[in-house]
Amino acid sequence: MLEINNLHAGIQGTEILKGIDLKVNAGEVHAIMGPNGSGKSTLAQVLAGHPSYEVTEGSVTFRGQDLLELEPDKRAVAGVFMAFQYPVEIRGITNAYFLQSAVNAVRKARGEPEIDTMDFIEILEEKLKFIGWDDSLSNRAVNEGFSGGEKKRNEILQLAILEPALAILDETDSGLDIDAVKAVAEVVNKLRSPARAFVVVTHYQRILNYMTPDHVHVLADGKIVKSGGKELALELEEKGYDWIRGDTAGVA
Amino acid sequence: MSKTPDSGTAVHPYLTAFQAFSENGAGKAPRWLKERRQSAIDRFVEMGFPTTRQEAWRFTDVKRLATTDFTLAGPAESELVSLEEIRTHLLSDGRNTAVFVNGSFAPSLSSVDQLREGVTIGSLRGALADQPDVMERHLGRYAQDDTNPFTALNSAFIDDGAFVYIPKDADLEEPLQVLFVAAPQDGTPLVWHPRNVIIADQGARASVIETHVALGRGTYWVNAVTEVLVAENAKLDTYRIQHDGVDAYRTATTHSRQAQSSSFSSVTFVFGGGLTRHDVIAVLDGEGAECTLDGLSILRGRQHVDFHTTLEHAKPHCTSWEYFNGVFDDRARGVFNGRIVVQPGAQRTDSKQTNNNLLRSPHARADSQPQLEIYADDVKCTHGATLGPIDDRQLYYLQTRGLDRDAARNLLTYGFCAEILNAVGLEELRARVDRQVREHLNQAMVTPDRAT
Repeated sequence: MLEINNLHAGIQGTEILKGIDLKVNAGEVHAIMGPNGSGKSTLAQVLAGHPSYEVTEGSVTFRGQDLLELEPDKRAVAGVFMAFQYPVEIRGITNAYFLQSAVNAVRKARGEPEIDTMDFIEILEEKLKFIGWDDSLSNRAVNEGFSGGEKKRNEILQLAILEPALAILDETDSGLDIDAVKAVAEVVNKLRSPARAFVVVTHYQRILNYMTPDHVHVLADGKIVKSGGKELALELEEKGYDWIRGDTAGVA
Repeated sequence: MSKTPDSGTAVHPYLTAFQAFSENGAGKAPRWLKERRQSAIDRFVEMGFPTTRQEAWRFTDVKRLATTDFTLAGPAESELVSLEEIRTHLLSDGRNTAVFVNGSFAPSLSSVDQLREGVTIGSLRGALADQPDVMERHLGRYAQDDTNPFTALNSAFIDDGAFVYIPKDADLEEPLQVLFVAAPQDGTPLVWHPRNVIIADQGARASVIETHVALGRGTYWVNAVTEVLVAENAKLDTYRIQHDGVDAYRTATTHSRQAQSSSFSSVTFVFGGGLTRHDVIAVLDGEGAECTLDGLSILRGRQHVDFHTTLEHAKPHCTSWEYFNGVFDDRARGVFNGRIVVQPGAQRTDSKQTNNNLLRSPHARADSQPQLEIYADDVKCTHGATLGPIDDRQLYYLQTRGLDRDAARNLLTYGFCAEILNAVGLEELRARVDRQVREHLNQAMVTPDRAT
């Protein structure tokens, strides 16, 4: 589904990603772990299409399409979703209205009929029921005055509603207490399907306790320095990132 | 200070027009009114048209207005408009509506006969004839001619306008509507000076909607003054929706006076107008009074809007809120000056003022000035202003959810507008204004580079 080859990217002339290779198949969950400043969030933003990042080399193919060619909205239409680490606040727009606008923007771009408000409210209610959350966020302005946990939950709600093929979670677990991490992970588990892939960017192993990844990759200084199964995450938790750094230093 | 020759030339036609006006229809007015008009024209001639050298007019240049040759509109023009042409602007299926054409009451277009007892919505001219005592008590009592030349000019030409009276303890469920229609004349720029008086007596509760529309294009100038009295325990909500043409001038002053424990709100939507200047002077003159002044302007092309508001806290324990948002495209321009005066002894004043401006083109401009004059020590006054383009981070966030750039810009702008839309408490009106906001935003998106 997603194929990243030798990806180099940076911001304002500073190279952050220094040759990433990654292949993600439908149905898989990949965890990208790494210390602060390793380039995890940059990778997530480059995939989503953040205009400040510049790709200098390499390619990203998503379902056979050149992803880097596409504007952020076209990537969303193609089926890419990123849950933000720092979601922005939007005044004056209720969350429900925002979700409806997003769903209809995607449907319109795909040539599908738009959904009216009454029908959308039903879809939203069903979805909330499915993920087991109440509608307390629906009629508040988007992220305005939300707690850190509510903002993250709201990202996951958008993920549930937009039903992307590829979901990238950018440090969704950061700043959350353990119950919130568990709640978010449970929803992600419900949304897992053979047709959908997840790329979970995280600093800590703990979210992976509730969301078993198929593959774990360790990012350091803009490169994937180690890949393995779910046990790699536990090893990292035990030994810390210095272990990887030392390891790669040894290899180099 | 000596006057510039320009301003002397500019006021002269108005003096001539005033003489003709006094000799014709206005001649049979009661003596007190004649005297008020005379002293007002004297004051206008003395002051002349303002220039940008005056602080209050620094950002709004009325030179073109002052040098345009306007003809005073007359009552005959109300026959130019048919009910069909205005039907879409009527609310509540047209009930409780007084219609004015070029400043004069148009009884054939109005529907004011099913009002409950004691409620009046109609013409000032009628009220002057029927209730001269009431008029003498209120007319010119809240508006002052001595500082604003446009107010003085209006007072000189007092003839007609809307008169709304809500009697003691009346609680009106349905809003009252006043529809002001401009019917510009080809090649003859017209001016009219509506004087409106709105009185909510003790304990009365009502909503009054002013709608301003233009039929056809052409230059016209509306120079309006509205006097509002909100008596003890009364609650008056007013809404003003302006759709003036791009060649239109509108100078308006609203003076409100509130008694103890009263509540007054004013929400203004400006969707069009070549030059709009609105001065609002709200006086909280009784303990525990509440006042809200809100406004939303959505302008493009070279249109210009200037709100000068004064909230005067004259008594203790009063609260005021002020939210003015502006969306400016192309070379449109917005000016906001928010003055808050807390008089000595007006303790426990609570006042909040916000002015936010969205500049959607590099050539759009906004100027915002708060002005706090506080002469009491136990008060809470806050103010804040923002101006700038749409936030890139918000734009990107919406794009990652599938909205293209234009749709994202529109949704963000709509959210910005919705903050003011949400202040409209009347469902039918809110739905209507909401639709108009969307239409204006969509039109603005079609050709973003129109003015460049």
